[in-house]
Amino acid sequence: MGRPAAMTRTRSILPILLTWLLGGCTDLQSAISPAGEQAGRLFSLLQLITWVCGIMYALVLLFLGWSMVRVWRRTGGDDAPIVDPADRGLSRSMLVWAGLIVGGLTLLITASFLADRHLASLRSEEVLRVRVTGHQWWWRIAYRDSTTGRWIETANELHLPAGRTARVELGSSDVIHSFWVPNVAGKLDVIPGRANSLDLTPHRIGWFRGQCAEFCGAQHAHMAFDVKVESPADFALWLAAQASPAALPADPVLARGAAIVTEGACAMCHAVRGTPAAGRPGPDLTHVGSRRSIAAGTLTMSRGALQGWIANPKALKPGTTMPTVPLDGADADAVAAYLESLK
Amino acid sequence: MIALPTPEEAVQRRARLEQTWADPKGVWGFLTTVDHKRIAARYIVTVIALMFLAGMLALHMRLQLAFPDLKILGPQMYNESFSLHGSTMLFLVSVPVMEAMAIWLVPLMLGQRGMAYPRLAAFSYWLYLGGVMMLWIPHVLGITPDLGWFEYPPLSGPGYSPGHRADIWAQMITFTEVAALAASVNIVATIIKLRPPGMTLARMPLFLWAMLVASLMTIFALPAVMLVTSMLISDRLVSTHFFAPAGGGDVLLFQHLFWFFGHPEVYIIFVPAVGFVTAIVETFSRRTIFGHTALVLSVLSIGVLAFGLWVHHMFAVGLPRLGNAFYTAASMAIALPAGLQIFCWIATLWSGRPRFATPLLWVVGFILTFVIGGLSGIMTASAPLDLQLTDTYFIVAHFHYVLVGGAMFPLIGALCYWYPKATGRMMSERWGVLAFALIFGGFNLGFFPMHILGLEGMPRRIYTYSAGMGWGPLNLVATTGSATSIVGGLVLVANAWISRKHGTPAGANPWGGSTLEWWASSPPPTYNFEYTPVVESIAPLWTDKDGLPVMTGAGVERREVVVTSAIDAVPLYRQKGASPSIWPLVAGIAVTAMFVGSIFTPWAVVWGALPIGAALTGWFWPQRPRARTGPFARRAA
Repeated sequence: MGRPAAMTRTRSILPILLTWLLGGCTDLQSAISPAGEQAGRLFSLLQLITWVCGIMYALVLLFLGWSMVRVWRRTGGDDAPIVDPADRGLSRSMLVWAGLIVGGLTLLITASFLADRHLASLRSEEVLRVRVTGHQWWWRIAYRDSTTGRWIETANELHLPAGRTARVELGSSDVIHSFWVPNVAGKLDVIPGRANSLDLTPHRIGWFRGQCAEFCGAQHAHMAFDVKVESPADFALWLAAQASPAALPADPVLARGAAIVTEGACAMCHAVRGTPAAGRPGPDLTHVGSRRSIAAGTLTMSRGALQGWIANPKALKPGTTMPTVPLDGADADAVAAYLESLK
Repeated sequence: MIALPTPEEAVQRRARLEQTWADPKGVWGFLTTVDHKRIAARYIVTVIALMFLAGMLALHMRLQLAFPDLKILGPQMYNESFSLHGSTMLFLVSVPVMEAMAIWLVPLMLGQRGMAYPRLAAFSYWLYLGGVMMLWIPHVLGITPDLGWFEYPPLSGPGYSPGHRADIWAQMITFTEVAALAASVNIVATIIKLRPPGMTLARMPLFLWAMLVASLMTIFALPAVMLVTSMLISDRLVSTHFFAPAGGGDVLLFQHLFWFFGHPEVYIIFVPAVGFVTAIVETFSRRTIFGHTALVLSVLSIGVLAFGLWVHHMFAVGLPRLGNAFYTAASMAIALPAGLQIFCWIATLWSGRPRFATPLLWVVGFILTFVIGGLSGIMTASAPLDLQLTDTYFIVAHFHYVLVGGAMFPLIGALCYWYPKATGRMMSERWGVLAFALIFGGFNLGFFPMHILGLEGMPRRIYTYSAGMGWGPLNLVATTGSATSIVGGLVLVANAWISRKHGTPAGANPWGGSTLEWWASSPPPTYNFEYTPVVESIAPLWTDKDGLPVMTGAGVERREVVVTSAIDAVPLYRQKGASPSIWPLVAGIAVTAMFVGSIFTPWAVVWGALPIGAALTGWFWPQRPRARTGPFARRAA
C-alpha cells in the first residue's frame, strides 16, 4: 500500500518542484513570453534553433552511449594497442555526420538571415517617435506632443500603444548602456556618439519591464524601467495627461511640499513643468506620482517609498548621484505627499 | 654501428648527464633555473592557487545571488568580485595554464632535453608572476578593478573611472600578454625545430599540432589587446582621445580591437584542450586516434576561422545588418570542425577498447558539457537571436559551458593523465571518481539553470534582483551547484597532494601511452632522455615494442639539444642549450618596475627602459661555450 502512495507523492512533488523553479517567473521581463512582433519572431527562431541543436545533441549522446555500451558487452580479447586500423565504415559515417552538420548550419544560417530581414522589413515610416536617453542609472524618456510639436519628458516608464510601431531613438549622456524590453524586442546598445534606433511593435496589452543590459557602473542592477502597452485610446489619454503641466496644489501640506521641491535643492536637478523647477540632470518629476516605480525600478511607488528614497538615497542605491537633502520630518512628509500627488 | 654501453658505462653516462643538466643547489638554483619542468610546475602551482581564489570569489557572488535582495556583497564588492574573477580566469589562469602544460610537455613529447629558448621560458614565468601580483596585490590594498574583464570605455575612461583601478587592469593585461608572447614564440620554435629525427609533420602527435596552432594564434591575437589597453592607458594618463567621442575618438574602436583578440582567445584556450582530449582518448581506447588528418585540419581551420568572428560579440551595438549576417555564418561555421572533432573522439572510443579510468571520465564529461556549450554558441551566433541572449545569464551559462566544460575538464583530465609522469606516483582512482562526480554534477547543476534565467530576462553583472522578478529559485539551484563543484575541486587537489607522497609508484608508462613522454622515467630526470629517440611512426611506443631506435651524438658534457629540419625532421646540428641564469629574473623585475611605474607617470616608460636595457645586455652578453667536465673542460689556470 505504501508504494502507490509514494508514487503519488513523487507525482505531486515533481509539478510542485517545477512550478517552484519556473512558475516563480513573472513573465514581466522574459524573452520566452513574447508580447510584440519582434520578440515573437525571435522566439520562433529560438524554437527552431533549439530543435535543431537538440536533435544534434541527442545524436551525440546516442553515439557516445552506444560506444560505451559496446565496451561493456565486449568479452576478453587481446589488450595490445592497435595502430592505424582500417576504419572504412567510420570514415563513411564521418562524411554523413559532416553532411548533417553542414545541412543543419545551412538551415540555421538561412533562418537567421530571414528573421533578420523580416525584422528590418518591419521598419515603416509611419512610426511613433520616442527618445530614450541612458543616464547612470536611469532612463530619460521623451515623446513628441502631436499638438504642440514639443518634446514631453518623463522617466523610467515607457508607454506604448498596442499594434503600432514605436521607434525608440537611443542616446547616452555618459557611458554605454543597453536598452532591452525582452517581451517586445531584442536589445540595442546605447552608445555615446552613436545614433541607434530600435523599433518596437507590441501587440499584447499589459505591464512589462525593461532593464539595462550593458554593465554601466555601480548601480547597473538598478537601471530598469516599466513598460506599459495600452490601447491607442488609453495611450492618447496618457500622453495628453503627461503633456499637461503639474497642477498647483491647494492643500497647505502639498503647497509646502511644492515650495520645497520647486524652490529648494530639488529644483537644481529636477524639473516640474508649470513651476520654477527646471533642473535637467535628474528625471523630470512633472507626473512622477503617476509612475509605477521610483529610482529606475528600485522601489514600488508609494508615499513611504518616496520618503525613504529622499531621506537616504545612497542607502537604497549605493553610488547614486542623487544627494541626501536634509529635511526635517514634517518637510519630508510634505515633499513625499506633493510628489505622490503629481499624477 | 656503435657498441652498446656496458651497464657501468650507462650509469656513468647518466651521472655525467645529471651533472651537466643539474641546477645549482638551494635558493640560487630556484632563482636561476631554466629547467622547463620546474618552470612549468611553478606555473601550475600559481594557477591552482589562483583558481582557488577565483573560485572563492565565484562562491561569494553566488551566495549574494542565492536569494533576492540579499546584502552579503554591496554593489562595489560585487563588481570587484566579478571583475577579479573574470580577469583572473581569462588572463591569469586559462591561457597561462595551457602554456604551462606545453612548456612541461612539449620537450618530453619531442624526446628532447629542453625548450628552444630555456631562459625565455624562465622570463615568461617571472613576467607572468608580475602580472599576477599586479592584479592581486592591489586587491589586498583595496584598489581592485571593478569594471569586468573587458573594460569598455567611456566607463573605463578618465571621466568615469578616476583612480587607478582601470590602469591596474590594463597594465596587468600588458604583463600577461608579454609573458604569453614569450611563451608562445618559445613553443612554436621548439615544436618546429626540435622535433626528434623521423618525427615528420605527418607523424606529429595532435597535442603538438594543437599547441603549435594555439601559440601561433596567440602571436597574432595578443598584439591587438596590448594595443587597445595601451591606448586606454594613454587616454587616461596623457589625455589622448582614442575612445572619447567628444574629442573625435570612437568607443567602438575599443570593442573591435578587444574582441579581435577576445574571440581568438577562446580558441587559444580551447585548442590545447583538443590536444589533451586526443591524447587521453587514444591511450585509453588502446588504438591510434581515428581521423588524425581530419583532427589536424579541424584545428588548423579553427585557427583561421577564429580571426573572422569577433563581431559576434558586438551584434547589439547596431552595426550594419548585412555585415552581421556574414559574422553569423562565419561563427556558425566553427561548428563543422568542432563537430568533426567530437565525431573523431567518439569514433575512437567506439572502435577501440576503452578503459574508463579518471582521465577518460573527464573526456566523457567534456563531451557532454562542451557540446551543450557549442550548441548554445550556435544560438548566440545568430545575429538577430543574439539580441535576446547577449549580456544575459544565457551568455554566462554559454561561456562557462565552453570554457569550463570545453577547456577545464580536459585540463583536469590531462592533469590526472600526466600526473604519474610528473610525480612518479599514481593518483587515487576512487577519490578521482568522487572529484569528477562532484565537479561534473555541481557544474551542470550550477550553470544549466542560467540558460533559463537568461531567457527569463536576467541580465548579467547585476549584484541583486528583486523577489518580484521570480529569478530566486533557479538562482538558489545555481548556487548549490557551484558550491558542490568547489567541494569537488578541493577533493581533486587533496587527492593530488596526498598521492604525491602516498600514491602507488607509477613506472615509466602506467597507462600504456604511445607518445615519447612515456619513454622517459617517471618523474623524468633533469636531462629528460638519455638518448635522442628516432621516430618511425605516429605511435612510436606502440609500433616499436622492442625499444625505440636512438640517435647518439648529443653531448653529455654540455647542455645540447638536437635541431632538425622543420618539415621532415632531418637532424641538422647540435645546439648548445642555455645554462641557468639570473638574468631572466632581473629582466623580469626591470620590466615589472617599468609597467608599474607607467601607471603613475609616462616618464616611467623612458627611465624604466634603462634598467631593462641593462638587464638584456647582461642576458645576451656573449659567452664562449665551455664544458665544465670531460676532455673539453676549461683547464685550471
